[in-house]
Amino acid sequence: MPGLVTVPASLLALVLLWALLAVFTDPEILPPPLAVLALAAEEWHSGDLLFHLGATLGRVLTAFILAMAIGAAIGIALGLSGKANRAFDPWLIVALNIPALVTIVLCYLWFGLTEVAAIAAVAVNKIPNVAVTLREGARALDRELAEMARLYRFGPAATLRHVILPQLAPFMTAAARSGIALIWKIVLVVELLGRSNGVGFQIHLYFQLFDIGRIFVYAIAFILVMQAVELGILQPWERHASRWRRV
Amino acid sequence: MRVAIESKSFGGDEILKDISLTLEPGSFTVLTGPSGCGKTTLLRILAGLDTDWRGHIEGAEHLAYVFQEPRLLPWRNLLDNIRLAAEPAGHGAEAAAALATVGLEGYEDAFPGTLSMGMARRAGLARALAVKPAVLLMDEPFVSLDEAAAGQLRELTLDLWRKIRPSVLMVTHNLAEAAAMADRVLVLSGRPAVIAADLSLDRPRDRRDSGWVRDFSGRLRETVGNGAVPADPGSL
Ligand SMILES: Nc1ncnc2c1ncn2[C@@H]1O[C@H](COP(=O)(O)OP(=O)(O)OP(=O)(O)O)[C@@H](O)[C@H]1O
Ligand SMILES: [Mg+2]
Repeated sequence: MPGLVTVPASLLALVLLWALLAVFTDPEILPPPLAVLALAAEEWHSGDLLFHLGATLGRVLTAFILAMAIGAAIGIALGLSGKANRAFDPWLIVALNIPALVTIVLCYLWFGLTEVAAIAAVAVNKIPNVAVTLREGARALDRELAEMARLYRFGPAATLRHVILPQLAPFMTAAARSGIALIWKIVLVVELLGRSNGVGFQIHLYFQLFDIGRIFVYAIAFILVMQAVELGILQPWERHASRWRRV
Repeated sequence: MRVAIESKSFGGDEILKDISLTLEPGSFTVLTGPSGCGKTTLLRILAGLDTDWRGHIEGAEHLAYVFQEPRLLPWRNLLDNIRLAAEPAGHGAEAAAALATVGLEGYEDAFPGTLSMGMARRAGLARALAVKPAVLLMDEPFVSLDEAAAGQLRELTLDLWRKIRPSVLMVTHNLAEAAAMADRVLVLSGRPAVIAADLSLDRPRDRRDSGWVRDFSGRLRETVGNGAVPADPGSL
């Protein structure tokens, strides 16, 4: 695996570049890596870092699951029915083009500054992307295997589990991958605009206090968490789902 | 099983017309005819995969179908592929036994993508017979195999047919194969296609030596070519 050698080396180079730039910059503007690490330890010991990371992660996961479930249902329905697709494709295009900020602001105005409004705003932003991806998946479903399942009387549950879902798995992974990346960025905006905890809230707070070091702490911590989700959950799942391809 | 097809069309094109067919229990019928005449269409009607036709059908309940491509689920191992069709609630004992009868013991955990075409065909046959069908439909089950593998699979098919005794309806273009395996040969031909010939083969299979097979398939070739009933089918 050559990736193992180059990825850490490349990241290390990035940190070194940061350290080098910090030498020539006011530490208020660009704090050096070690100073950020010290601040991170402080935030960790006070419990703040974990609390706000947890709040954000909870929102990310809830919105993610909602968006995947609803988006998949819509996408599969559109992919299977040409009629439904012709009727609703323009809606989907409109939905894809609504700016995230508009959805967030409208959700807060309509439902108040609540947790439900925050999560709904994030999910609604992601649903059209999931639907479009899963629509492609449903269109590509193998008719021959579907016939086989019908002929051998698999029944709806086994057909879904053993015939349909395995074919949709790569599309699910693609949607999940781009979904989680988009969602966690939107969650920060939602927190900034209308929540009183979470990474987005903290970043907003330290923006007002002009504390660039702590903004770095929260941003980097959350990047690390999301990378852990990618490496620890998404990639192993993908390997499991595609193990039959390995000949 | 019994079927009477008044008419089957795709779009405005009438493909099949006035086809009555009874498959006796335990019989081995081979269906042949020019490419594109409607053999697969007829099989799909019998299997209930095509319901857009005029006519009626009975006795089509307990069916299995050996597709031209084996149509195994690539993401499930062989045991699961057969279990899902034959014993969804069971633990796979029957499915494992079915794999063994086609010489695939030890391949329970193999994914279909790792198999040769011959092995995948055998797995498809194992699945079809594991459901203990009353009627077994087969669409060109031995094409794209080398002659040795095809020959083995023909023997295996006849062996299992003798044991389980479904009524078989098998489509093939290989007339020597038809001559060697069938106890009845149907020739489908024309547009719309009708049954142009319906021949019984009384000769026991162990007495169908290569000379006889060559002779019979030669006559069959003339029939398929003309699309007409031979003057004296009994003499074949
Ligand atoms: N789904 C379909 N839509 C339209 N036409 C079809 C369809 N399926 C088959 N046909 C047409 O019906 C005719 C019969 O097709 P069929 O596949 O039954 O032939 P066949 O006898 O099995 O041929 P082959 O020996 O080449 O397999 C062909 O002319 C084909 O083009
Ligand atoms: Mg055909």
